[in-house]
Amino acid sequence: MLSPGSISNLVECVRSAPRVIAIGAGTKPRLSRVATDVVRLSTLKLSGIVEYEPSEFTFTALAGTPLRDIAAALAEKGQYLPFDPMLAEAGATLGGTVAAGLSGPGRFRFGGLRDFILGVRFVDGEGRLLRLGGKVVKNAAGFDLPKFFVGSAGRFGALAEISFKVFPRAVTALTLRIEAGDAVAVGRILAEAANTRWELDALEAVPAERAVMTRLVGPAAAIEVLAKEILGRWPGAVLGEAEAAAFWRGTAEFAWAHPGGTLVKVAVTPADVPALLSLPAAHVRVSAGGNAGYVSLPGGAALPELRWPAVTLRGEAPLWPGAKPRFEIMRAVKSSLDPRSRFPNLDE
Amino acid sequence: METPSVLRRLLALLPTGRVLVEAPALAAYESDGLTAFRTRPLAVVVPETQDEVIAAVRFCHAEKLPFVARGSGTSLSGGSLPVAGGIVITLNRLNRIVRLDPAQRIAVVEPGVVNSAVTLAAQPHGLHYAPDPSSQPVCTIGGNVAFNAGGAHCLKYGMTSNHVLGLKAVLATGEVVEFGGASREQVGPDWTGLFVGNEGLFGIALEITVQLLPRAETFHTVLAGYQTLEQAGDAVSAVVASGLLPGALEIMDALALEAAVAAVHADYPPGCEAVAIVELEGPREVVAADRLRLEEILAKSGAVEVRVAKDAAERLAIWKGRKSAFSAVGRLSPDFIVQDGVVPRRRLGEALRKISGWSREMGVRCANVFHAGDGNLHPLILYDGREAGALERAEQLAGKILRMCIEMGGSITGEHGVGVEKREYLPEMFGAEEMDCLKRIRAAFDPLGIANPGKMFPEKNAPTLTQHGLHPLEQAGVISRE
Ligand SMILES: Cc1cc2nc3c(=O)[nH]c(=O)nc-3n(C[C@H](O)[C@H](O)[C@H](O)COP(=O)(O)OP(=O)(O)OC[C@H]3O[C@@H](n4cnc5c(N)ncnc54)[C@H](O)[C@@H]3O)c2cc1C
Repeated sequence: MLSPGSISNLVECVRSAPRVIAIGAGTKPRLSRVATDVVRLSTLKLSGIVEYEPSEFTFTALAGTPLRDIAAALAEKGQYLPFDPMLAEAGATLGGTVAAGLSGPGRFRFGGLRDFILGVRFVDGEGRLLRLGGKVVKNAAGFDLPKFFVGSAGRFGALAEISFKVFPRAVTALTLRIEAGDAVAVGRILAEAANTRWELDALEAVPAERAVMTRLVGPAAAIEVLAKEILGRWPGAVLGEAEAAAFWRGTAEFAWAHPGGTLVKVAVTPADVPALLSLPAAHVRVSAGGNAGYVSLPGGAALPELRWPAVTLRGEAPLWPGAKPRFEIMRAVKSSLDPRSRFPNLDE
Repeated sequence: METPSVLRRLLALLPTGRVLVEAPALAAYESDGLTAFRTRPLAVVVPETQDEVIAAVRFCHAEKLPFVARGSGTSLSGGSLPVAGGIVITLNRLNRIVRLDPAQRIAVVEPGVVNSAVTLAAQPHGLHYAPDPSSQPVCTIGGNVAFNAGGAHCLKYGMTSNHVLGLKAVLATGEVVEFGGASREQVGPDWTGLFVGNEGLFGIALEITVQLLPRAETFHTVLAGYQTLEQAGDAVSAVVASGLLPGALEIMDALALEAAVAAVHADYPPGCEAVAIVELEGPREVVAADRLRLEEILAKSGAVEVRVAKDAAERLAIWKGRKSAFSAVGRLSPDFIVQDGVVPRRRLGEALRKISGWSREMGVRCANVFHAGDGNLHPLILYDGREAGALERAEQLAGKILRMCIEMGGSITGEHGVGVEKREYLPEMFGAEEMDCLKRIRAAFDPLGIANPGKMFPEKNAPTLTQHGLHPLEQAGVISRE
């Protein structure tokens, strides 16, 4: 395992071995579980915020910077990453979060990680340090490589530095728990609540409890009125502050999932929710108003067949266990960024 | 003139009437929104089905024939300018909304669907399509996807790419691909994100899945007049620094105001050198609380006058002045160039000072109407093409502005794309190795270099310069530029 401490060092490390993969804190270990001849590059020493301009709503940080540090720096200025990056307490890094393409509950309101990434510096398969995208909130020059890196699992390059857009954070929030009754009602409430005047900040489902969880943010007086209106439509309650914090923390950290088991993310639609909930022997959470599902299985249990695009974050299942479109262009783009497969291929 | 053999084969490939070869028919496709350039294509293909588009592209691949996809031809950077000796594939007849699903809040549309038609179809369900370029009554979703079009709401809602969930396309290799899908989340590399903004260099989008958002319940639109442009800029900075997240934050300068008054009888506080437009939106209770904070900020901003739109009609009037400003300025001058560089927001004042300094020094008039919230400048550089050296001076000023944007750490284009117009500047924003990387990606999608060649990347052969002026649709008053 190599641990570069600077960007130039990262470039040297990439060039030093015929096969490499970058690894952050290892909170999504399945993404980097590749053959043993692939040299691991830890980004943990490649840490720190390079630039933060609160007045611009932008920051740039090294790939190994823990999400925790970023959240703390942003919070000091009343700002945040609106897509609620996951696994911050577990130590997840910014680069690993991009490579995994993981967004949290907040992605419901303003979009996911892909909607906030602005620019990347990365080392390509030939060991060249490249900067694409930009550092300003709006930019249409050149192809959008920064977006392409979201979810790319370290297969196309080693991220060195990443720029993001951020937003001001509302000071008050309310969390509501809606009692749904059954799986069909869960799907229905998700779809209905998403198309209302309320502008919900998050919309999740806890199928095991037949509950839909939602969050309102904004001026206190305003969200109290909205909360009453929501609870007039469906039975439920406003959670106490501590209980709400514990719920969102547990969601961000996958505290509900089987420890040591398999954890898979699936891309679904609200209409798929009932089918997702009927997967045999799995714990399931539904996120982003029914657009993301997380499936957890105890260690040793076989993953049921998934008909949606899916990625395994932890455990023994194949990396891409679900629907897997493969086109010739995917191979061609891989060889344009990494002609000698210095980084593993998508299917390795 | 004898029909070249490649045209005979093309005519044989597609049903009768799909291939236009006569000069008068081709004339309509010679130019786009960047009217200073004009090129006659070999032929124009007007497909009616996705299969016909695929057949045409595969034909181009087999014949190594350059092609340019075209929506409504409103590109301001020469994106849809034809290539000499190549064909244009125009997509306006592929204009079906394939599916609109209010429960999932998505629409699947063909590329020729006009931007505002999507919102129109979504309205009965309380939904809308967020990206709103001022050309929205005519520009197509296919063109928006190719150029990653923006609008007045980008700070809060992002650009086209933030609203495209998936697409089907025929690549320049002839391969038909499907990226992404109906889910707002995805798995694996973001192929959809890579495709959006390709400026027609990867292939042709055949079907696009977009997300729809609930329409905001309430809008609160404020117009504030200032004695100086800097005060207006400072006001915008203060709003942003306060933690409010307005849907739109726009500024117009004196020349733009004058033009809007002349063109649409817009009414502005007298004695103002600049106005700022701020729009809050959301549930009525949230807007009611936020507007108090906004009023506090504006009260301290040195505004000559602050006007609040009392109803939908007054709000529309404010936006009409804003959205018509550019073509209105265009009427003050026979010709003009629109730039759309981006600077960090905190340097807006400095950027505007520099632009007006250069404009005075060079004797080239320049009006400013811009998306202040995201630092996206829109200097409109006026010139008279009949005057010797006038276009060159205008282009010189445009070049200075683009270089300033790069030096300030911004971008040469926020939403209009590189196209033909700014292709010489892309290598100033990116280094040689980055340019090589972009070219390799292009080559992966289009190894023969037949899809919209001569755009985005610098090339030796310059396209033909010709007549100038307003886009024909602007002359007709259908659209106006932002
Ligand atoms: C008055 C005016 C106001 C404008 N205001 C704005 C604004 O506010 N914001 C903004 O962002 N832009 C604005 N524009 C620029 C322009 O409208 C946008 O770039 C728009 O996206 C172009 O759409 P179109 O259908 O006209 O595409 P075209 O101009 O026909 O084509 C644009 C590019 O897209 C490619 N293309 C078209 N269809 C496809 C397809 N199906 N597949 C692949 N490639 C394709 C073409 O090859 C070309 O490179 C304005 C233009 C005008 C004239």
